[in-house]
Amino acid sequence: MTIVDARPFLAVGVTLFAAILISFSRRWPNVRESWSAIASVIKFGIILSMLPGVLAGDVYTYTLCQLTDTVGFTLRTDPAGMIFAVLASMLWVPMNFYSIGYMRCNQEREQTGYFAAFALCMSAVMGIAMAENLLTFFVFYELLTLASYPLVLHKRNQDALSASRKYLIYTLISGQLFLVGIVAVYCIAGTMSFTPGGFLNSGMAPRWVLQAIFVLMILAGSVKAAVMPLHGWLPAAMIAPTPVSALLHAVAVVKTGVFSVLRIIGFVFGPQLLAEINIIDFVSWAAAGTMLVSSLIAIRQDHLKRRLAFSTIGQLSYIVLGASLLSPLAIKGAYMHLVAHAVMKITLFMCAGLIIARTHRNNISELYGIGKKLPVTMACFTIASLGIAGMPFIVGFVSKWNLALGALQAGKPIYVLVWVASAILAAAYLLPVCQMAYFRDDPEEKFRKYGAHSNAMLIPICITTIIAILLGVVPNIYPHFYELSDMAAKTICAGWTAGGWQ
Amino acid sequence: MSQHAPIFIVLLPLTAALLCMLFSRISRNLGAYLIIASIAGALASAVTVLNQVIAAGGKAIHYTMGGWMPPIGIEFVLDPLNSVLLVLITFISLLVSFYGLPFVKDEDWLHVGGYYTLFGLLTVGLCGMIATGDVFNLYVYLEIMSLSGYGLIALGGKKSMLAAFRYLLIGTIGASLYLLGVGYLYAMTGTLNMADLAALIGPHLHSPLFAMAVGCLIIGFGIKMALFPLHGWQPDAYTFSHPGAAAFIAGCMSKAPAYAMIRFVYYIFQVNNPVMRSALDIIGILGVGGMLIGSFMALAMRDFRRMLAYSSVAQIGYIAMGISMGNMYGFIGAVLHMINHALMKSGLFLVIGGIVYRFGVVNLYRLGGMNKKLTISTITVVLCALSMIGLPPTAGFFSKWYLMMGAWTSQNYFYMVVLVISSLLNAIYFFRIIEQMFVQREASLPDVHPHEGKLGLPVPMAIPLAVIGLTVLFLGWYSADIINGIIKLGLPEVFLR
Repeated sequence: MTIVDARPFLAVGVTLFAAILISFSRRWPNVRESWSAIASVIKFGIILSMLPGVLAGDVYTYTLCQLTDTVGFTLRTDPAGMIFAVLASMLWVPMNFYSIGYMRCNQEREQTGYFAAFALCMSAVMGIAMAENLLTFFVFYELLTLASYPLVLHKRNQDALSASRKYLIYTLISGQLFLVGIVAVYCIAGTMSFTPGGFLNSGMAPRWVLQAIFVLMILAGSVKAAVMPLHGWLPAAMIAPTPVSALLHAVAVVKTGVFSVLRIIGFVFGPQLLAEINIIDFVSWAAAGTMLVSSLIAIRQDHLKRRLAFSTIGQLSYIVLGASLLSPLAIKGAYMHLVAHAVMKITLFMCAGLIIARTHRNNISELYGIGKKLPVTMACFTIASLGIAGMPFIVGFVSKWNLALGALQAGKPIYVLVWVASAILAAAYLLPVCQMAYFRDDPEEKFRKYGAHSNAMLIPICITTIIAILLGVVPNIYPHFYELSDMAAKTICAGWTAGGWQ
Repeated sequence: MSQHAPIFIVLLPLTAALLCMLFSRISRNLGAYLIIASIAGALASAVTVLNQVIAAGGKAIHYTMGGWMPPIGIEFVLDPLNSVLLVLITFISLLVSFYGLPFVKDEDWLHVGGYYTLFGLLTVGLCGMIATGDVFNLYVYLEIMSLSGYGLIALGGKKSMLAAFRYLLIGTIGASLYLLGVGYLYAMTGTLNMADLAALIGPHLHSPLFAMAVGCLIIGFGIKMALFPLHGWQPDAYTFSHPGAAAFIAGCMSKAPAYAMIRFVYYIFQVNNPVMRSALDIIGILGVGGMLIGSFMALAMRDFRRMLAYSSVAQIGYIAMGISMGNMYGFIGAVLHMINHALMKSGLFLVIGGIVYRFGVVNLYRLGGMNKKLTISTITVVLCALSMIGLPPTAGFFSKWYLMMGAWTSQNYFYMVVLVISSLLNAIYFFRIIEQMFVQREASLPDVHPHEGKLGLPVPMAIPLAVIGLTVLFLGWYSADIINGIIKLGLPEVFLR
């Protein structure tokens, strides 16, 4: 049932409004940060209030105004978008408190701009998750680029400057290519509303035109999803404060990238057409290559955040690979991994941030024995690491299981091996951190000073770790990510049985 | 009363301009207030006319002068296309006239009066050019616009004389070529009325004389709108013109000739004949050249104003490209980009005026700390820059969208590539400015006009700045309404068939 309801726009608007309030509350830090916290809770509430309806098959839609003469500025909820919306708004709540703790502990400058830009980013993410058509999607996609740019530039020094330039170069170029793709899609199809299973078909344009459009659009998505060789901006952007790395560069921006890949594959082209025009294999190869190569690079990184960044690059390609296999289980696994990776990676980054804030050490080789000083943090770090490596009863296992089944279902068992290899590599680059922290003592007693302890940072870490375990043990626990992923995959693959499955 | 609204758009500023010196003699600022009031009146009339046109469902309003019926008499013809542009021009004119007040604060009555007389006449010229339905009358207004424009440019101080003189020489050639083209048309058809001309030109569309006339018109308008490669006069003129009026000069002076080109191409000559098709191709090539060369030159500039001048060459290229596509989306893109570019460029030059007013220097690499000192200016710069690059949700994105649609529809895929490249080059030079403003160490610039307080600028300057920044933002959201509600009502016949 389609219900005209402004709640999707409210979810976008609440943080937009919060960003304005934040900008005007420069002088009162407590007021400023409470705007941010209040907005995050309200946003999560609005999104959750739509969840039962979406699970029951309802669609909430609203057109605010016309964007162009024929295309509306429309938001609509569907299971796929709901996964992303619930996920981002859920993780923003603990993240907010963590941000407050981190920024105060480190006495960062320009905190007003930081919180305002952060809120703006969350608006953009909600818009991306619930956009009804490509143009609305693009508006928020570019808004996210613009809103995250000041966050990358936060430190205002030479390094930040070059990182932010790199970030802009990658994202703006890809944005423009995406725009060309959108124009082309609209001109040949006459519509651009996302439709499960795709709205393009092979009768609309010659095969090479469709292939060219697909390459343009998928390139754009792949830049934000940091598929190699388009990943250069992501490690550079780690210059940003750690909460930014955590939420934006492990959850929001890069997830937007993979989400757009999923949208393009599932809702613009559709598995059927992609199988016909025979170009999706390149995406699979690029993703598989990225998984292995980035893991190998990650092993060599000594800087903790950079190691996590390369781990992110590899994990995102799980999702891209899952989507590109075009089988229902693989797509379900891809959506599930979107959730799983976000929960685990945000935990890892928050732990890294806490370690940096308290010990002022950035390199893994300096983390002698911090397990004894920061027992809870390192416990959470270890759990999340095991999750990334795919241990059962942690959320990462659920998604990988589905992805592997999907590869078998698509008749491409070779990718199961890639996933297994990548999981082993993940263990190889994350567990040494734990080993360093627990089993190695500082030989020179050089690192004795520890910064102030902050519960505002520790509690969010525990919360996300608990979420990761809960989702691993009971995947379909409220807010029903598993069921939503299943619904999304089923609608995308409805009527598409060429792979030999039901 | 309201049936006379079309003539008031021109008559009010004209009367005020003629009386301005007298009033200034009586009291120093009275002339300025008279001009501002008259432009406000013109804006009100323009809005009235626009409402009338929309209420009439897009049917043109004909206003005959002195009861002489066309084709003998002169008439104003207001259709959706030009009435929306009139609102735009008078709106920007009002903002900039208000904005100019602090610049002439310390001058004597002669300078204040002179400045505002020229400003009023420039508004008269632009509005007249857009409103008129007679090709010779258009020439008259073109000259009014040009002469007052030369004056305002020459008022800018050192080096501006030379820039103005250069513009005068080149501009005169442009105007003469236009007159020559009109002469050819008159020789062929025996009429000067646009509607009449459109009806009578049919049998002559294949004659060499017609090709000659079209060539003259394109070069004439090309010079006036600074279409590449006829833009030689423009960077100096924009750079050295009076800082108070630069926003109006840079924002609007190129738009009236561009509008006239659209009027001739789409409404009088039609686009479906071989001469016009090759003419359109040439305009398109010039547009592409302008977009690329203008953007590259803008990258190389160290002076903010010069950079914007070259960026104008590029943006005029967008408009020319839209005109050359010859389909509905190209047309809409060109018109929308005229509106958007007028606002963005005015906004940016208003910011520059503010910097000149406070510090006396405009160097791209000495903008550090501007976000603290001139907060409103910085916000306006960011919004206008995003719009220039063409990022949603600002206005510039939407004109780019229609241009891209037009390029795909007319199968000029090359144009799409150029649009993308041009946007990216825009991004480079505008993000450079944003970086300078927000990141660089505070530039140690001595205050010429120190100004304490939150706004950083006197109130008459701060208000137009804020208004134009918000307009650029909101125009993006309302662009669909402008197109569906106004421009689509007055599409040329070519697209309706």
